[in-house]
Amino acid sequence: MRFSDSFESRFTSMLGHYPTKRSVLVPTLLYMQDELGYLTDEAIRDIAQRLELTELEVRNVISYYSMLTTRPRGKYNVQVCRNISCMLCGADDVIAHLKKRLGIAHKGTTADGMFSFEEVECIGACSWAPAMQVNYDFHEKLTPENAEKVLDEYRRKGSQ
Amino acid sequence: MADLVSHPDEVKVVSRRFGQGAANLDRYLELDGYKAVQKALSIGPDAVINEMKASNLRGRGGAGFPTGMKWSFVPKQAPKPKYVLCNGDESEPGTCKDRLILEHDPHSVIEGVVVAGIAVGSHTGYIYIRGEYRYLSEIMQKALADAYARGFLGKNIFGSGYDFDVYWHGGAGAYEVGEESALMESLEGKRGVPRIRPPFPAVVGLWGGPTVINNVETLASVPHIMLGGGEWYASLGTPKNGGTRLFCLSGHVAKPGVYELPLGYNLKKMIFEVGGGIRDGNKLKAVTPGGSSTPVLKADECDVGMDFDQLMKAGSMLGSGGVVVLDDTTCMVKYLQRIMMFYQHESCGWCIPCREGTDWLKKTLNRFHAGGGVEKDIGNIQYLAENMLGRTFCPLGDAAAMPAISIVKKYRNEFEDHLNGRPCPLEAKALEAVPA
Amino acid sequence: MPDVNITVDGKKLAVPAGTLLIEACKSVGIEVPSFCYYPGLSLQGACRMCLVKIEKMPKLQTACTTVVTEGMVVSTEIDEVRQARKAMLELLLANHPLDCPVCDAGGECELQDMTFSYGAAESKLIDIKNHKDEQQWSPVVYFDRPRCIMCYRCVRICGEGMDVWALGTANRGSAQLIMPNHSDYLECEECGMCIDICPVGALTSGAYRYKTRPWEMKHVGTVCTHCADGCKTTLGVRRSPTGMQIVRGDNRDKSGINGDFLCIKGRYAFDFASHDHRIQQPLIRREGRHVPASYDQAYEHIALRLKEIREQHGGHAIGVIGSTRTSNEESYLLQKFARLLLGTNNIDHHRTADFPSFAGALARKKDATASMRDVFNAPAILLIGNDPTEQHPLLAWQIRNNVRLHRARLYVVNSSPIKLRRQAASFTQIPAGSEPQLAAFLAGDDSAANALASGEITREALAALRDKLRGEPNLIIIFGSELRGSSIDSLVRFGAAISGAKFVCLGDYANSRGAADMGLYPDLLPGYVPVGSGARFHEEWGAPVPTEPGMNLLQMVDAAKAGRLKALYIVGANPVARYNLDPFALSKTFIVAHDMFLTETALLAEVILPAANAYEKSGTFTNTCGDLQLLKKAGDITTVKSDFEMLLRVADRLGFDLRQLVPFRQAERADLGQSRGAQSGEADRHAIWLEAHGLEPKLSPFDPIAMLDEIQRLVPGYDVSRVELLAGNDQHTSIEAGVASSIASQPELILPANDTLFTSGTLGRYSRTLNSVIENPRRAPADKADREVVV
Ligand SMILES: Cc1cc2nc3c(=O)[nH]c(=O)nc-3n(C[C@H](O)[C@H](O)[C@H](O)COP(=O)(O)O)c2cc1C
Ligand code: SF4
Ligand code: SF4
Ligand code: SF4
Ligand code: FES
Ligand code: FES
Repeated sequence: MRFSDSFESRFTSMLGHYPTKRSVLVPTLLYMQDELGYLTDEAIRDIAQRLELTELEVRNVISYYSMLTTRPRGKYNVQVCRNISCMLCGADDVIAHLKKRLGIAHKGTTADGMFSFEEVECIGACSWAPAMQVNYDFHEKLTPENAEKVLDEYRRKGSQ
Repeated sequence: MADLVSHPDEVKVVSRRFGQGAANLDRYLELDGYKAVQKALSIGPDAVINEMKASNLRGRGGAGFPTGMKWSFVPKQAPKPKYVLCNGDESEPGTCKDRLILEHDPHSVIEGVVVAGIAVGSHTGYIYIRGEYRYLSEIMQKALADAYARGFLGKNIFGSGYDFDVYWHGGAGAYEVGEESALMESLEGKRGVPRIRPPFPAVVGLWGGPTVINNVETLASVPHIMLGGGEWYASLGTPKNGGTRLFCLSGHVAKPGVYELPLGYNLKKMIFEVGGGIRDGNKLKAVTPGGSSTPVLKADECDVGMDFDQLMKAGSMLGSGGVVVLDDTTCMVKYLQRIMMFYQHESCGWCIPCREGTDWLKKTLNRFHAGGGVEKDIGNIQYLAENMLGRTFCPLGDAAAMPAISIVKKYRNEFEDHLNGRPCPLEAKALEAVPA
Repeated sequence: MPDVNITVDGKKLAVPAGTLLIEACKSVGIEVPSFCYYPGLSLQGACRMCLVKIEKMPKLQTACTTVVTEGMVVSTEIDEVRQARKAMLELLLANHPLDCPVCDAGGECELQDMTFSYGAAESKLIDIKNHKDEQQWSPVVYFDRPRCIMCYRCVRICGEGMDVWALGTANRGSAQLIMPNHSDYLECEECGMCIDICPVGALTSGAYRYKTRPWEMKHVGTVCTHCADGCKTTLGVRRSPTGMQIVRGDNRDKSGINGDFLCIKGRYAFDFASHDHRIQQPLIRREGRHVPASYDQAYEHIALRLKEIREQHGGHAIGVIGSTRTSNEESYLLQKFARLLLGTNNIDHHRTADFPSFAGALARKKDATASMRDVFNAPAILLIGNDPTEQHPLLAWQIRNNVRLHRARLYVVNSSPIKLRRQAASFTQIPAGSEPQLAAFLAGDDSAANALASGEITREALAALRDKLRGEPNLIIIFGSELRGSSIDSLVRFGAAISGAKFVCLGDYANSRGAADMGLYPDLLPGYVPVGSGARFHEEWGAPVPTEPGMNLLQMVDAAKAGRLKALYIVGANPVARYNLDPFALSKTFIVAHDMFLTETALLAEVILPAANAYEKSGTFTNTCGDLQLLKKAGDITTVKSDFEMLLRVADRLGFDLRQLVPFRQAERADLGQSRGAQSGEADRHAIWLEAHGLEPKLSPFDPIAMLDEIQRLVPGYDVSRVELLAGNDQHTSIEAGVASSIASQPELILPANDTLFTSGTLGRYSRTLNSVIENPRRAPADKADREVVV
C-alpha cells in the first residue's frame, strides 16, 4: 500500500530501533490510521505482511487500543473527556450539548461525515477541565458555548 | 498549550525551565542542559546510584518505589541487552503533569534516561508517550533528532566512548499500558496485557533483557539530582520522601493547575492557599489525593502532609500526584460510578476479578445512581471490591477497588439517601448524562 | 538439582527445585483449583482460582505461577483461601449463562464442578448479563461467547501446541473475546484440540453438539483407525436402532501415546461408520447386479467357488489381498488362511513403506526402533522426507512439543519447505527425489553430495550437518517412504555409528505396519521370515504350506488379466482405486470382497461381505513406530461382522478344522478376561452359533485374543507384556527379524497414500466431517494446498 513519504521514512527508521520487527506495530497503526481515516482490511493485510505477523495478531492488537478503529469516522473526531476532573467541572453539560448540536450519540458520525463524537477517558487535561480533543488538538476549559464555537471553527475549516 | 500557574510556595525543580523555551536545544544548553549526563559519565555508575539513593527520590508514577534502589537491582552482568524505559503513558484520571514536562522540558527527560542508562550499564532507552499526546510526540521526536545531531546521543556520547541511543515510542489509547509490564508488552507490539511477576523488569524486561522503568517526572528529576546532589534534593522533602513533585490540582478549586511543591506539603494548605480554596464559596467535601485510584479523604482528613508515608498512614496514597478536590455539591455515588466506568473501560480483561468485578460494579453503580438501587447493592459493592483487592493479576484491580471501598465506607449515608430519595438527591439531572 | 523442602497444609514434602507450587501440591494429593493453568502450556496467572496463602506474603499468591522455595509454608484450605475461590466463581458466573441443562459440557464442565464445590451458585448479580449469539466458526468448531471464562487454554493449545495460531484474543476488558483467524470464521487444522481443552462449553464441536449428554454415553477407549500413528481415542457410544452408534470421539483418557493430542480424523472422522452407504448385508452378483443375500448363501457361494478353483487349478490360481486397516489378528489369520487353507503364497497388500528392507537392515540390532513416546523425549531428531504435519499428525505433535518443552534439536531434510522446519534447528532443502543420495552421503559416500548440493546447501554445509548428527547420541532417525531398499541400509549403517540411535520408518494407514509385520507378503511370513525358512510356523500349523514365493499384487493383476489367476480374495482394500487398475483386467476373475462400502474394487466382486471396521471389533493394531495397542469394540451394527469372523465362517464352509486356524483351545496365556465375554461383546453374539457347533462359548475361535496368543508366540518382536496390553497400554514391539539381512523387497510396489489432514484413503471419502471441511466454501483454495500460518 502507498503511504506518505514521511510515513515510510518514519517506518523504515523505526524498524531499526528495536530488536524485533513487531515492536513498531502500535505507533505505526496509529500513523496508518491518520492517513487512511481508519484501519482498512487492506491496511491490516499490509502491516501484517510488513511485520511478518498474521492478520489475526494485528487485529487482536488493534482491538485492544481505544484510539484504533476499523470503522470509518468523521473528518474531525470530537473526543470529550468524561472522567472525574472534567465531570466535576461540567463535562456532562458539554457532552449533552455537543451531542444535541451534532445530532449524534457516543461513537456516532454526522451524516455529512464531518464529525464523529466520542466520550473518552482522562486525556491529561484535568487541571484545565473540562477538556476535549478534536483529532489530536486539545481544547480546554470548555463550556457548552465555547465548545460549540470550537466545532463551528472546525466545520468552517473542514468545508473549505 | 496548557496554561502555567505559579504560587510563592512552589519550589521549582522539574518545573524550573517551564515557559522558558527549553524544548529548543540551544536554550536548554543555556539552562545547564546536558551537564548531568557529562557528570554521570565522569563519576561512573556506582556514584550515580549512590547519589540517587541519597536523594530519596521515589517514583512519581504512582507506587513511590525508591528510584536509586530500583536501579541497583539491575544485574551488572546480563546475557541480554539492558534497557531504560521512560513511562509517559500518563493516564491516571486527575493527572496531567508529565504532559507539561514533555512540552516544556523534553531534553530533561532524555537526559534522565541517559543517566539511568549509564547507572545500570544500558545502551538503549525508549521514551513511551501515550497516543493522545501527539503534539508531545512531535516535540520529543524533534528533541531527539536535535540531540543526535549534536552527538549527545548515539555513538561515543560526549567523547566518552559510551554509546547510548534513545528512541521515541507511541501508544494508541490504553490506560493499562501505563502499568510497567503491560508497557513493555505494548512496546513489543502486543496487546497491553501485563506479565507475570516475578521476574521483575529489572531482571527480565524488554525482550528478556533487564529493564529500568521510570515515570517521566522521575527521570526529569534525575538531572537536577546529578547537578544539585542527592543530599540537597533529599533536604527539599521529608524523611524518606526526597524532593518536590508536581501536584495537579483539579476539580472544585478556585485555581486549578499544576504546582511544584515539596513533598510533605500540607494538603489543606494546598487546597486553600495554593489552590485558592473551593470555587463558588462552596465547602470542601472530599479529596482524591493521588489520582482516581487512591482512596478518598473526607474534608476532616485533609490536614495531612503530602508524602508517601503520611498519606499511607491517613489511609490513602500519594499516587500519581493528581489531587482532585470535591465540594459539597458532589454526589459521591456518581463520583464512584464515573471512576468505575473508567476502570471497566480500561481493564485489560486478562484476569477474572478485574474483568468481571469492574463490569459488575459499573453495572450496579449505573443502576444504583439512576435510581434503581436496592438495599443489598451497597453491601454487594463493598463485597465485590474487597474481593478484588489484592487478588487481581495487576494493580488495576486494586485501583478500581480502593476508591470503591473508601467511598462506600465513608459515604454510606449517600448511598442510603439514593435508595430513599431516588434518583440522585444531589443532582436531579444525573440520569441524562449516564452513557451506555 | 537438590530438592526443596516445603510445607503444605501441614504436610512436609520435598520436591525438585523449579517445581510449580500447584504441581507440588498435586504430588501429595492436594488439588488446588485452576482454570487457566494447564500442564505443558505457558503460564497465565489469569483466572486467580489457584490463590493460596504463603507465609510471609501479605497477599494470596497464585500457586500456578509460584515456584517453590526452600522453607515455603503454604495453606490451601484456610477460610481466606476458600473465600477467595468462592468470590472468584461468583465473579465468573456474573456474565455466565446458567444454561447447564442444555450445554454440551454439562456434566463435564470444570466450572460446574467448582461451583458445586464452593457453593457459589447463588447469583448476587441483578443486572443483565452480557449476551452474544453463538457462532459457527468452521464445520467443526462452534463458539458460544457468554460461556467463555477466558482461560486462554484454546489460544495456547492452538498456538503453542499445534503451531497453528488460529485463535487470538480480541478487545479488552469485559468485551474481550476469543477470535478466530478470519475474524468471524476459522480456517485451521480443525483438530478440535481447542474444543477438548475448553473447561466449559464455550467451544463445542459440530460433530457432537446437542446430540446427547455425557452421562448417556458409554465410553470406550480404543485406537484411531485413520493414520499410522495410532492415537488412543475414547469413543462415546450410544444405543441406536441398529446397534451402538459412535457419537463422540475425544481423548479424555490422556494416558495414551498421544497424551492430549488427536487430529480431526481421530476426533471426528469416526462418522464414516454411520454413513448411509454402508453395506449392511451380504451381496451376491446375479445377472450383473448385486442383490442382497443371507450370510449362509454368501459363505456357501464363496466356499463352492473357491473349492472348485483350488481343485481345478491349484492354490496358485488364487490370490489374496489384505488390508492396512484390519487388526493384526485378522491379517495374521488372512495369511494363514491363504497359505494353509488355500495353499497359496499369492498374498499382498497396499504397501506404503518398505518395512521389509527396514527389518532386514535392522536384523539382529536390539532396540533399534523408537516408540511414539521416544519421539517426545529424544534429545535430537533427524527427519528425512515425509510431511508429518499432514501425514503423521501425532508424530508431528510429538516432535513439535519435544522441541518446545524439552528443547530437543530437530534436523529436517526435505525436498519441500515442510511446516516442521519452523521447529527445526536446521532445515536442509534437497532436490526432490534425492533422498537416497542423502542416505548414501550420510553413510559416508561423499560423491553422493553432488546430487544434493545446490544454492545455499553447499557440500560443506552437508558435511557439517553430517558431523553434527554424528555427535548427537540417542538421535532418533525418522524417514518417509522416499527411502526404500538399499537406502534404508545406508541410513541404518549411518545410525549404527551413533550411540543409542533409533529409527522410525513411516508408513501410512492405521495398521500398515501390522499388515507388514503379520506377513501380508508373497515372500515373507509374519515377522519378515522368508517363506522358505518358516520352520517354526510349519511346525505350529502342523501342515505343509508352499515355500516358494507367490505373486505380488501387480503380478496377480497381470495373471488375472492373462486368465491365470482365477480367484481374488480381497479384505478391506481398494487396489483398483489405489493402483489405478483397469477394472477389465479383473473381469474374468472370481472376486470376493470384504468391505464397508461399494468401492471401485468391491463393485467388481461377485460376493461382497459387509465388514465391521476397527471401531467395531477387538484386536490389536501396530502403529508405524511399532507400538502395539489394543482395539476395543465401541460401535456396533448388528448386521455386519468382523473380517475375523467372516474368514473363519468361510474356512468352516470350506470344510476346514477351525482349531488349526485359531488355537483357541491352546491358549497359553491368561488374558484376565478383559477381552472376552461381555466386555468385547463377542461371546454374547456368538453364543448361539457356538452352541450349535458344540463349542464352548468362553473359548471361541472368534475371539481374536486366541490368535494374538499365536502371534505373540511366533512373531519375533511381539513378545510384549500381555497384562499391559490388556490394560490399554501401548507396548513397543521390535523388528528383530533375526533372519538373513537381505530380504527381497520390491521398492517399486510402494505407493505412499499422500493423505492430508483432511483425507484418509477410502475411509475419508465417507466421512461427513472431513468432506465438510474440504468443501467448506470459506476455505481459500490457495490455502488448501498450504495451510501455513506465518509467524
Ligand atoms: C494500572 C496502572 C497504570 C499505571 N499508569 C502509569 C502511568 O500512566 N505512568 C506512569 O509513570 N506509571 C504508571 N503506573 C505505574 C507503573 O507501573 C510504574 O510503577 C512506574 O512507571 C514506575 O516508575 P516510577 O518508579 O518512576 O514511578 C501505572 C500502574 C498501574 C498499575
Ligand atoms: S481446531 Fe485445532 S487448529 Fe483449529 S483453532 Fe482449534 S486448536 Fe486451532
Ligand atoms: S473458549 Fe474455552 S478454552 Fe477458550 S478461553 Fe474460553 S473458556 Fe477458555
Ligand atoms: S494422528 Fe493419526 S492416529 Fe492420531 S488421530 Fe490423527 S489420524 Fe488418528
Ligand atoms: S479527567 Fe478529564 S482530562 Fe483528566
Ligand atoms: S490457575 Fe492459577 S491463575 Fe489460573
